[in-house]
Amino acid sequence: MSASTGLRQFLNRHGRRLVVGLPLVWLLVFFAMPLVEVAQTSFTEPRRGIPPFLPLWGFGEDGFFTHFNLENYGLLVEYSRDYLIPAGNSVRLAFFSTLICLVFAYPMAWWIARATPGHRAVLLVLVMLPFWTSSLLRIYALIGLLNPNGFINAMLIQLGVIEAPLRMMQTDFSIYMGMLLTYLPLMILPLYAVMIRLDDDLIDAAADLGASRLAIFRTIVLPLTLPGIIAGSLLVFIPAVGEFVIPALLGGPDQVMIGKVLWTEFFRNRDWPVASAIAMLLLAMLALPIIYARYQDGRETALDRAGTTHGDTP
Amino acid sequence: MNRGVSWPALWLGIIGFGILYVPVTVMVIYSFNAGRLVSVWSGFSTKWYGELLQNEQVLDALGKSLWVAVSAASLSTIFGVLIAIAFVRYGNFRFRLLLSALASTPLVMPEVVTGLSLLLLFIAMEGTLGWPAGRGIDTIIIAHTTFGMCFAAIVVQSRLRDFDMSIEEAAADLGATQPYIFLSITLPVIAPAVVAAWLLAFTLSFDDLVIASFVSGPGSSTLPIVVFSKVRLGVTPEINALATIMILLVAASVIAASTIIYRNSMRRQNRT
Amino acid sequence: MPQLTEAPFISIRKVSRRFGDVVAVDNLSLDIERGELFCLLGASGCGKTTLLRMLAGFERVDKGVIEIDGIDMSHVPPAARPVNIMFQNYALFPHMTVANNIAYGLRRAALPRAEIEDRVTELLRLVRLGEMGGRKPHQLSGGQRQRVALARALARRPKLLLLDEPLAALDKKLREDTQFELVDIQERLETTFIVVTHDQEEAMTLACRIGVMDHGKLVQVDTPHILYDRPANSFIADFLGTVSFLEGRIVRAENGLLHVEGAVPVTAIDPGGFTVGDDVKMAIRPEKISLTRVASGGVNDVAVTVEDMAFTGVASNYRVAAPGGCLLKLTQPNRRSDEAPLQWEEQGFASFDPADVVLLRD
Repeated sequence: MSASTGLRQFLNRHGRRLVVGLPLVWLLVFFAMPLVEVAQTSFTEPRRGIPPFLPLWGFGEDGFFTHFNLENYGLLVEYSRDYLIPAGNSVRLAFFSTLICLVFAYPMAWWIARATPGHRAVLLVLVMLPFWTSSLLRIYALIGLLNPNGFINAMLIQLGVIEAPLRMMQTDFSIYMGMLLTYLPLMILPLYAVMIRLDDDLIDAAADLGASRLAIFRTIVLPLTLPGIIAGSLLVFIPAVGEFVIPALLGGPDQVMIGKVLWTEFFRNRDWPVASAIAMLLLAMLALPIIYARYQDGRETALDRAGTTHGDTP
Repeated sequence: MNRGVSWPALWLGIIGFGILYVPVTVMVIYSFNAGRLVSVWSGFSTKWYGELLQNEQVLDALGKSLWVAVSAASLSTIFGVLIAIAFVRYGNFRFRLLLSALASTPLVMPEVVTGLSLLLLFIAMEGTLGWPAGRGIDTIIIAHTTFGMCFAAIVVQSRLRDFDMSIEEAAADLGATQPYIFLSITLPVIAPAVVAAWLLAFTLSFDDLVIASFVSGPGSSTLPIVVFSKVRLGVTPEINALATIMILLVAASVIAASTIIYRNSMRRQNRT
Repeated sequence: MPQLTEAPFISIRKVSRRFGDVVAVDNLSLDIERGELFCLLGASGCGKTTLLRMLAGFERVDKGVIEIDGIDMSHVPPAARPVNIMFQNYALFPHMTVANNIAYGLRRAALPRAEIEDRVTELLRLVRLGEMGGRKPHQLSGGQRQRVALARALARRPKLLLLDEPLAALDKKLREDTQFELVDIQERLETTFIVVTHDQEEAMTLACRIGVMDHGKLVQVDTPHILYDRPANSFIADFLGTVSFLEGRIVRAENGLLHVEGAVPVTAIDPGGFTVGDDVKMAIRPEKISLTRVASGGVNDVAVTVEDMAFTGVASNYRVAAPGGCLLKLTQPNRRSDEAPLQWEEQGFASFDPADVVLLRD
């Protein structure tokens, strides 16, 4: 009896601290610390051996030593074609992928939000299913469609529409398709979350007050779904910049993205310090969007708490 | 009506759903193709599934993936519930901002960065602490748990926010104290969200390629790693079959989870 | 009260609407005069809100015609109708200030900016929200939001204003004040108002005429006075205010009076249309029944026992048991009198005038 009451007392006094502390410590160790490691590694040099890089600092026979240098970053700039250009490419591809996802996701999310509850549940499952399926497999399936000897070309040739297979793989098109496939559900969900809270009466009220469909969209729907648009766009853009699988499987030499460059440096060239430098570059590129995303997140929950009453519902 | 979808929007929606489903559907169909090529249908056959089931490498990787996913999902869910409780119930606690930043950034970090960073940490830890000794299943589980708990936290948080506190107050009024209240009242009520969180973390772990590639070691290849190495060589019916199995597994659990959640929320709505 | 003109301002002719198996509005016809404050009264689900939305243009009309000011509204979308609606939950645009909410309809009509500003100021003054123009809806109280919704709906000077349960979300004191304000505004603007409500007290306070709806049909359309004193059937009698029901069979008719035999014998004035032998239901309003300690000697005098009594300040509400298990509800104003008021389980006499008995067939 006393052991369990002892435990209960312990939990009572320290319960809160444990609830907060356990995940906090874990995330500090396994999420924050690693980022420090990346920073450190980006300042050293590669070598043969395990690990394949020199330690940043340490104590040796002659006392304190360090291998701190900025060579890796120098390499990034010097060989900009191999590093900075793909970085810019990644931003470009991610940006337009986000736009394309938005164009498709917006009507889809609207459709789902305005459906009857029965239909809505089904449509949601239909959207969630791909989201939960491995993106690797979905991209693999896309390859089967887009290959020169793939399904689409085979169909078109059989139907006599074309004679020689269309080049669809290793193009910007295949990248955008891959991005759409992978990220569409991620864009739909925050949009849906905002749209479902949109009071139908607001649209009716606007119509009653003389607004055309376009005006309703422009003055009512768009402003009120803007938080969802922003959230979804950030949710897609940020990871898309660092995407690896899509450019690796669907992209050609013209669609090199920074994620793939990192991978290649790490696994193929075994140059971990440069890979770390690339990671730092990625983080630097994404720092602002990430901070903005966090800020938006905080604002939304604050607004939620401030008042969801847009009119008294009896 | 004004609330409906206009025609061009409808078409966009249909194409959108099509993009999501057509590639996979074609792949599933051709996994039953007797021939090798996607361009030619040579008749229905399940032989690729047969071959798959005899492929030791694949089966081994499948076993490892399942074990990792189950472990990571369970750990993720526990931590995720803790995070959710902290955010929903504890108001402005010390370190709230820090925990919030730490728990939400993994959601948007590029996977190559998290993978690389974790690997470097493991190596550094091995150097100074002696653990973990080499990379393997353990390191993958740790990695998956780290980002899994962030997703789990989100799922549980939203349910916890809708939670009617008065039943906990009733329990306290009848003499119960924490953590008994949590175990006997709170947890059962949020159980569907917890299950959903577990399933989400499971799927994320099971499907992960990039992070696992960084933090795995020799002999600890998960299924996505094996698939990826095969995929680079081209499209084959064996992979079609493997992919179909994996997708059907996921589809079954998603539909099951959705049904549970849907029925549960309907029941809750009817009660109020 | 508005004058009867040649053609009614709003003509609803044989209008029906069904949702799947449910008939929300059933072959309904109704004429409404210009400048009237008309109330659609009914329990939830009776179809009144559907009818309202059909007038606004948000529900299509399956059968029948709606004409406003002589124009058939069948193909006129909501934005083009001379109608505006005030929503039950106000539907204020959360991302716009009060002033912009009110100005919204005027902007859609592309009025010049100066005129919009003037009108908004004028409306804010009309609903007594003069200083609130810059606030956002979530910064306002319920009563203030209601007034913004009203101002917004009046901005375009519609010929017809529809109000969906305008006072439902307000607390009692505020509701009473706002009721009079609404009538005031309506009379000043001379706009036709149609108010939908389930609160019969509200309907009776506001309306020139009330249309009582049940299951998609109009049961009776009359002034509050007539509805109260001459309900068409027991549904109406019960729906508006409190009422006591008695049953019996007509046994004798003489000198313009009908004698009804039942658990309680009743003498009523003959309204015509009934014959000896008919089974009738009788309704009596609570304020028409007097409660005394000794028999009053009138024609209708029933020995009763006080079962229940409630003191409401201005009056005392009694439930008294008459022979045969009949329950009579009566209200006694709390005036000074020589007689001490009856208490629980005391016995007395309930009496009422034959002219106050309403004979109903069903």
